[in-house]
Amino acid sequence: MVKSLTCYFVLLLLCIGNLDAKQIHVGKNQAIKTIKAALVASGPRDTIMIHSGMYHEGNIEITQPLTIIGIDLPIIDGDRKFEVISIKSDSVTIKGLRVQHSGYATLDDPGGIKIYNGSHILIEENELFDNFFGIYILFGKKCHIKNNRIVAFGKTEDRIGNGIHAWKSDSLIIEGNDISGCRDGIYFEFVTHSLVWRNISYSNLRYGLHFMFSNNDSYITNIFKNNGAGVAVMFTKGVKMFNNTFIENWGDAAYGLLLKEISDSYIFNNKFIRNTSGIYMEGTNRITVEKNVFESNGWAMRIQASCMDNDVKLNNFIGNTFDIGTNGTLVLNNFDGNFWDKYEGYDLTRDGFGDVPYHPLSLFSVIVEQNPPAMLLYRSTMVSLLDKSEKVLPSLTPENFIDNKPRMRALPL
Amino acid sequence: MNKIVKFILLDILKNKIVVLYTLLLAVFSWSAFGMEDNSTKGILTLLNLILLTVPLIAILFSTIYIYNSSEFIELLLSQPIKRKKIWSSMFVGLITSFILAFTIGAGIPLLIYAPTNVGLMMFAIGIIISAVFVSLAFLSSILTRDKAKGIGIAVLLWMYFALLFDALVLFLTFQFGDYPIEKMMVGITATSPIDLARIMVLLHLDVSAMMGYTGAIFKDFFGTPLGLSIAFALLVLWIAIPYWISLRLFKTRDL
Amino acid sequence: MIELKNISKNFGKLNVLNNISLQFNKGECIALIGPNGCGKTTLIKSILGMVLPNSGEILFNNQNILNSVEYRKNIGYMPQIGRYPENMSIGQVIDTIRQIRMHETASDEELMEQFKLPSLFDKKMHTLSGGTTQKVSATIAFLFNPDVLILDEPTAGLDPLASEILKEKIIREKEKGKLILITSHLLSELDDLITHIIYMQDGTVVFHKHINDIKRETGEERISRSIAQILRKQAV
Repeated sequence: MVKSLTCYFVLLLLCIGNLDAKQIHVGKNQAIKTIKAALVASGPRDTIMIHSGMYHEGNIEITQPLTIIGIDLPIIDGDRKFEVISIKSDSVTIKGLRVQHSGYATLDDPGGIKIYNGSHILIEENELFDNFFGIYILFGKKCHIKNNRIVAFGKTEDRIGNGIHAWKSDSLIIEGNDISGCRDGIYFEFVTHSLVWRNISYSNLRYGLHFMFSNNDSYITNIFKNNGAGVAVMFTKGVKMFNNTFIENWGDAAYGLLLKEISDSYIFNNKFIRNTSGIYMEGTNRITVEKNVFESNGWAMRIQASCMDNDVKLNNFIGNTFDIGTNGTLVLNNFDGNFWDKYEGYDLTRDGFGDVPYHPLSLFSVIVEQNPPAMLLYRSTMVSLLDKSEKVLPSLTPENFIDNKPRMRALPL
Repeated sequence: MNKIVKFILLDILKNKIVVLYTLLLAVFSWSAFGMEDNSTKGILTLLNLILLTVPLIAILFSTIYIYNSSEFIELLLSQPIKRKKIWSSMFVGLITSFILAFTIGAGIPLLIYAPTNVGLMMFAIGIIISAVFVSLAFLSSILTRDKAKGIGIAVLLWMYFALLFDALVLFLTFQFGDYPIEKMMVGITATSPIDLARIMVLLHLDVSAMMGYTGAIFKDFFGTPLGLSIAFALLVLWIAIPYWISLRLFKTRDL
Repeated sequence: MIELKNISKNFGKLNVLNNISLQFNKGECIALIGPNGCGKTTLIKSILGMVLPNSGEILFNNQNILNSVEYRKNIGYMPQIGRYPENMSIGQVIDTIRQIRMHETASDEELMEQFKLPSLFDKKMHTLSGGTTQKVSATIAFLFNPDVLILDEPTAGLDPLASEILKEKIIREKEKGKLILITSHLLSELDDLITHIIYMQDGTVVFHKHINDIKRETGEERISRSIAQILRKQAV
């Protein structure tokens, strides 16, 4: 947040400092008919106003600080051959354009709007329609991507790029964007100190959010819905995920949130609803999962044996097929103080916590983890009986895989 | 309609146990759908009924009914009626009454609350499972003359299909867990009508995604129109074959 | 009318009927007697096609009954124990049997009337006493005016009055020239009915004689005594 404010402040100073900047109008009825001509006519810190209309101008390259503003959503079309807008300068603002039909290729990754090595760039209220990549940030710094709508119509993963793609960048703010139909909604690789806030990423082919090696980023109040494989985050430290909603990521290999090799992170106050697996954890260390709601998932959490020192507390587990799944027997994580709707204990001491520990790991979930084809027996009478008997006399499930202080009532989350 | 079928049907429909069974189905179904806000849970509750209660009642009631009818069957045999007609009339009468009981008890709430593909499928499967276990009742009651033994066989058959078979499958998946047994599993489930029914319904619910690779194999097979037809054909065989065996035995049976 | 040729039947190791050959003709009223388990019921059931003999053949009006059902049109059968679907009424049972044999012509409702069944038509079968159930069985057996009547312990369970009604009916039918086969333990009941006696033991026919011959041979007037006398002689 502090960084984003600084970013604004710097932009403001730059604008004030440039008092002789002029406005250039582009449009059918204007003196200048094409954007390229306007770019030639412009000097640093000028503003180009693009009036509504259709502009087919191939690749538009911006090489100096400029503000480009669309009036009534002009359409900039890449004719499916070109990268539509390439920003190769600092301090550029792009606002109110409809950018569509970029070329597509797998080698140079053309985007609707692509930032090369720039800082202090604001991309705001644009519509990115049917591009290969939507907004592509390469070596960006202090860029603000805000309130854009990114729509693509990918059919297969290899024929479509990501909605917002950032590589080796720092201090980005991705805010209030609406992204659908891309490969990954938001993709970060080597992106640090950034904020992903209030975005909606849905119906993307692969992940709603996907990041790797992107330390110290925050993901707050986003909605990731109905993506092919949910959300996947890998090889990262210091992830903060607050108040997000992971919903309806159903599928064979879909996860509400896939955590792989994540450490020292904080997952707080999120909602995981109707996912095949709410959270899938692999090689995850020292993370805290607190005050989240897991509702109607296949597995609320799947915790592989490679996870250590994680703290799962004060969460609500409601109506999940399996609360926990694991392939290990060693328990190095803490599960105290959650609410489990499957808990059948009692509270004679009246302190709000059940007097007998809860075993969140059902026998069948252990069986299935070791032996996936056994899932075929789901809902069979045999399995219900097995689970019931295991509850009474635990023999196969890890004995210390327990919540010592199960709550009697759901937390108000 | 055949006079004997009509007669048997009337007799069964007035039977207290069948009325109670219908009521029970109705109470469970209505409350399952009424209490849950989404129909999937209602369907899962109903699935449990179909997999456990429906087979048990169908096979037990039918077996006892056939034994209790032995004197009436003799009386019919002293009339100029073929054995095949007597046996098939009993069969049709019993099956029809169980279909009616299921339709009234579970079918109506099902079609009201879940008029979807899954709902229709459940309805069809409930009917077929009822019929399969009536058919198995004919087999168990013709195998022995002793009523107690016959009921014993019926209960064993039910236990086998409702419980033991799954234990066997579980055992197999562990024994051969290291081999690609998914395709074999398709074949194995075909040998239990209850499992076949359960998997067909599960594949049409969200939970199929949790079945992983095996689920995908099953979906590839049972998800296609051809696979679905094969599955239904298999279930129909489960109705036809036990009955056919019992009919052959009945034809040469000394009464 | 009915001819049994070398009929044998065994249930497992047990020989129930052992090479039995018999002939029954019109106008005869035959008592089939013998100790429990001698094969009486099996013999009757063989004639009705309920039991399939291991060997031998049964001819009904010179037609082999194997794989035939039509001949049963001419037989009225009254079982030893009648049990009917519980929830049906007397009326429904009788109606159904009637409908099954729809093509049959006039029916003989004499017994039904004499037993006063029509007033009980709405009663459910499972509420009936053993005697009333037997009345229903008897009514059904005589209902279609068959040429042959096979009655398995017909008077067991009937009250004396009903028993008398049935006996009179049997006599009337006999006089019409019908063939009547009765099994019974109570020989005294049969005194004024029967023309022939077949005595069976351990699956074989001990004797098959006209009643007059028996009486003459033994010099007894009452059948039960004559039989006892014959058996005593054989035992010696």
